[in-house]
Amino acid sequence: MANVLINAPKTARRGEIIEIKALILHPMETGFRPGTNGSIIARNIIERFTATWNGDEIFRIDLSPAIAANPFVSFFAVATDSGTVSLRWSGDEGFQVEESIAITVE
Amino acid sequence: MMRLRIGLCLASVFVASLALAQGGIDKRRSGYQDMGPSLQKMQDDGTANPGMLFVQLGAQAWATPAGAANKACVDCHGASGATMKGVALRYPAIPEGADTPADLEARINLCRTANQKAAPLPPESRELLSLSAYVAHQSRGQPIAPPDDPRLAPFRERGAALWAARQGQLNLSCAACHDDNAGKKLAGVTIPEAHPTGYPVYRLEWQTLGSLKRRLRNCLVGIRAESYAYDSPEYVMLELFLMERARGMAFEAPAVRP
Amino acid sequence: MDRRRFLAGTATIVVLPFASARATPGSMAAAISQVVGDAAVRRGRVTLDVPPLVENGNTVPLVVSVESPMTAVDHVKAIHVFNEKNPQPNIFSARLGPRNGRAVVGTRIKLGDSQTIMAIAETSSGEFWSASADVIVTLAACLEEAS
Ligand code: HEC
Ligand code: HEC
Repeated sequence: MANVLINAPKTARRGEIIEIKALILHPMETGFRPGTNGSIIARNIIERFTATWNGDEIFRIDLSPAIAANPFVSFFAVATDSGTVSLRWSGDEGFQVEESIAITVE
Repeated sequence: MMRLRIGLCLASVFVASLALAQGGIDKRRSGYQDMGPSLQKMQDDGTANPGMLFVQLGAQAWATPAGAANKACVDCHGASGATMKGVALRYPAIPEGADTPADLEARINLCRTANQKAAPLPPESRELLSLSAYVAHQSRGQPIAPPDDPRLAPFRERGAALWAARQGQLNLSCAACHDDNAGKKLAGVTIPEAHPTGYPVYRLEWQTLGSLKRRLRNCLVGIRAESYAYDSPEYVMLELFLMERARGMAFEAPAVRP
Repeated sequence: MDRRRFLAGTATIVVLPFASARATPGSMAAAISQVVGDAAVRRGRVTLDVPPLVENGNTVPLVVSVESPMTAVDHVKAIHVFNEKNPQPNIFSARLGPRNGRAVVGTRIKLGDSQTIMAIAETSSGEFWSASADVIVTLAACLEEAS
């Protein structure tokens, strides 16, 4: 089950620059750590985080094993029009999570 | 590798303290005050504190029916969690009908077994930690308030004795570090006063949430003492002592700690 | 004892989140040249905000900000962050554009050791600007029982 916390304003003035912060539960297993039996624990990371605003991609970040467990990402966006901001995380072992928030632009 | 890490504790190098001058009447310091500004900010910001992910999971578990009774916490305690306000501040406590103290996790498990007719949740399991984070979070910002139950006194006294007793291969007591050398550096790490203000806590070292028990086990390993079993009464006794010692301090759960 | 030395010293004898393979300053340079090619990388315009002394290398907050009007004609296209000593030199690569309004990206990273981190910003006109920061990683004391 996806477990995500998103922080963004619900309303913004047109043209205002808003900050969007997102946190997701994920181990970000590096693929370099030995497990209890001495063999290496398989890599399991989120490789990409993408943000779209009413379907248009506005931000993308490719992550590496050097990103901390339970990844946190923050970025800014110009409030252009009312609608939906969708955040998508994808990675190893078929990990796919999408969460959307509604934003009203006045 | 483990040996080397523990070796750092072993070395018990007390480098000169950088502790700030303490002001006010109450000189006690939460571990929060020993952290740098970036970790304090991480704890304070609801979407930056990873512990809040577990609070959110706990809110979901709170509303999910379980066990043969097919009842959820909401069915008896209400949907908002507001009925749990202040509860974490006064645990460990003696549940009705019992004669020994239970900590918050054990109290939750009592509702699992007695009221939901479900199996108890294992220690440090995600669901138990999430539920206790959810319950504890309802008390954030309030002062720690152990109950005035005289039946607790003998347990607390045994906790105090454990605190003061030298143990482990290093022959150190909890007090030797946390009372006598708090604020000083141990292999680069500031020794905190060990107030249980933030549990369950998101410890960066663990990269996940953990209970006060897990934290105490880490200190026992640090001094090369035998850890008690997860269900042994010694932890609850130490917790009783620590909560009394922290009476009146602001509760921070889920806190962030290095 | 000099405190910085002492901390750096302890850091080197202890193996942190990454076990074996390590990125070297050389592999960081190689990773950077993959991104920038032959272009010159200039210092400036980029601010790399990371605590100079980190209490635990598992979760280190990091924010990169770049001075830019972020307009259609003049904006930051990408921000890349590299490190010297983790097993892999790349930390992240972000794609930005005028829709971001501000060229600021924040995340949290793992650092297995005290080291230098470098952020490089690529602008819409093909310029590369950079900043670097030294981070000292202290170690958590009193960890888990050996597993
Ligand atoms: C069938 C009803 C029922 C269900 C279901 C139930 N509880 Fe309880 N719970 C009680 C009763 C009754 C008490 C004892 C009376 C009191 O203190 O409110 C109690 C007490 C508690 C306490 C101690 C409160 C205090 O003031 O000391 C906690 C904490 C608690 N429950 C948590 C939970 C959690 C978490 C769940 C879900 C996993 C849960 N309970 C499910 C009935 C229930
Ligand atoms: C060798 C010194 C030492 C001894 C002995 C020791 N501890 Fe600790 N303890 C530490 C250090 C150092 C930390 C902080 C760890 C870190 O940040 O990596 C700590 C952390 C703690 C914390 C967490 C405080 C917070 O802010 O969350 C508690 C609680 C605690 N210890 C209790 C105990 C108890 C109980 C004992 C005895 C069984 C004990 N300690 C023995 C060094 C010690």
